[in-house]
Amino acid sequence: MESVTLVAVTAANTAPDMALLDRLASRLAPVFHLSITVSNSPIDAAFAYTPERCQYYSTRLVAALAALPTRPGEHILGITPLDLFVPILTFVFGEAQLRGPAAIVSYHRLTEEFYGLPADAALLDQRLLKEAVHELGHTLGLRHCDDWSCAMASTHTVELLDLKGAELCPHCRRE
Amino acid sequence: MTKGRILIVDDDPVVRDSLSQWFQSEDYETGACDGAASALAELARHSYEVALLDIKMPGVDGIELQHRLRELEPDMPVIIMTGYATVETAVRALKNGAYDYITKPFDPDELVHLVERALAQRAAVQEVDRLRESLTQMNPARDLIGASPAMRRVNELVQTVAPTDATVLITGESGTGKEVVARAVHAASPRRLHPLVAIHCGALTDSLLESELFGHEKGAFTGAHARKKGKFEVADGGTVFLDEIADISLHTQTDLLRVLQEKEITRVGGTQTLKVDFRAIVATNKRLEKLVEEGTFRPDLYYRLNVFTIDIPPLRSRREDIPLLIEHFLDRFAVSMNRPRQKVLPATVEMLIEYAWPGNVRELENAIERALLICRERELPPEAFPFQAHPITPAAEGRSLDEIEKHHIAAILSESQWNLSRAARILDIDRTTLYNKIRRYSLQEE
Ligand SMILES: Nc1ncnc2c1ncn2[C@@H]1O[C@H](COP(=O)(O)OP(=O)(O)O)[C@@H](O)[C@H]1O
Ligand SMILES: [Zn+2]
Ligand SMILES: [Zn+2]
Repeated sequence: MESVTLVAVTAANTAPDMALLDRLASRLAPVFHLSITVSNSPIDAAFAYTPERCQYYSTRLVAALAALPTRPGEHILGITPLDLFVPILTFVFGEAQLRGPAAIVSYHRLTEEFYGLPADAALLDQRLLKEAVHELGHTLGLRHCDDWSCAMASTHTVELLDLKGAELCPHCRRE
Repeated sequence: MTKGRILIVDDDPVVRDSLSQWFQSEDYETGACDGAASALAELARHSYEVALLDIKMPGVDGIELQHRLRELEPDMPVIIMTGYATVETAVRALKNGAYDYITKPFDPDELVHLVERALAQRAAVQEVDRLRESLTQMNPARDLIGASPAMRRVNELVQTVAPTDATVLITGESGTGKEVVARAVHAASPRRLHPLVAIHCGALTDSLLESELFGHEKGAFTGAHARKKGKFEVADGGTVFLDEIADISLHTQTDLLRVLQEKEITRVGGTQTLKVDFRAIVATNKRLEKLVEEGTFRPDLYYRLNVFTIDIPPLRSRREDIPLLIEHFLDRFAVSMNRPRQKVLPATVEMLIEYAWPGNVRELENAIERALLICRERELPPEAFPFQAHPITPAAEGRSLDEIEKHHIAAILSESQWNLSRAARILDIDRTTLYNKIRRYSLQEE
């Protein structure tokens, strides 16, 4: 039986936004028809902080999430407000192990405030849901999709993220 | 299927691994080499469509390697990777025929675009078109339901105008299906594989609308930590759908007219003009010629937009479409609610045909969704519809408009099990508005 556990990933001594995770869990369940739970133990991301970049190294965080004890068929999705990077890129919205147990999504750059615009909580929920569906899709073995409206379309800007849906296209759903 | 083969040459293993991995996740095939010698050897064994070279490597540097690659593979675009310090050398590389250069660390969106452009330049146009064709079959057009003479006419107009690049003006009362028709035009057009970007002009303030349409630069205003692309830029190659076009200010109308004429935009806070490639479809439930007379709509913009008009009649003047729409929505909600498909009693159909539908198809859609939520019977009776048996009962606990609104919203929320999208649709407001009202009235899920 496959299941998903959402784990908050935070900087030292900051409280995670559990309400955000709860909302995400309730909206994620119908997409995959999997049981989704929210973990009560957040992970401290301090070890992945990289001072030269003032960002967190996403691959390390994914590895740490993958090292958490899991039940068979359980996927771990980290959710973080911190800005993530991989060495050669300025940032990543998220990272996943293809067909692996773990993935992470950052909502640092998913807020309207990041772009100097008025906050929009509903839009943030929507974007986070799409990113979560996308990264979980990777852990379930899905690759990127050519249909721009499918959640598995590859998007590196919020503008394109807003265009696509939170659902999988029929092609990806079949996989 | 792979999007292309990329050769990465860099002496830093972290760069090689990280780039290879990322490109693979983006569906490219990659080869990685640590210097000029191994790159030349690799190219002798395998062919690549694009090369990314680090400009600074021990031994032969990127520029020299670029020369040799050009002799070996004259058609392969070469992209030079540089650190901040070496931009000047990169410019020299461009003069030497490099395709472009990119500064480390890379913005993912820029990197994707750069490689895509390099590949497109190389690829035979035919081949790209063939790929596009096979894609279309996976992406069927959204259905535009209706068999009445009026809707058949609408359909004909859609088919006529879709293959052209003409601007389309769609008119009709609210809820008649203007956006559905816009999507049908896009789906039947050569631009169908590019996005359709919809923007509801009425929902935004003037300055936000400008930034939504044209984008803004990093630092354009306080708190803008990053560049944001506007809808015209995002639509690149596709269609921009501007809904409620009558609601934009005269100032924004002027800017819009310029974009439509020049096909160029300038981001807010930016100086550079960017070429944009899009088709415009606009919609309104107002009579634009009247607004022109009143002086709130620019005549020159009106003439620009009024090239090809599709007018959608209200639902009450094409009642024969109602049974078809009912069936369509029953199908759709069965899927989205994950429930067995329900039916409607013949008496219910008759009643729904009789009703005047001031909110048109949207109201019908909402009525059916609501009926399905409150009634689990296999066949929906007339009583499942609010305008039949239950006039809206004033809230027991209050008399002010605010109190009534609060109770009504709470009732709809619990009815839709706090599915905000669903509740917003029933209330016919957007999600943001609903969200704000939930906060304002401190409503909570029980
Ligand atoms: N001909 C139609 N076939 C199927 N669905 C329709 C049709 N016309 C309208 N709808 C539905 O009714 C709702 C309102 O349509 P929309 O295009 O948003 O109206 P408008 O833009 O005119 O206000 C949408 O949810 C749409 O799916
Ligand atoms: Zn992805
Ligand atoms: Zn897909």
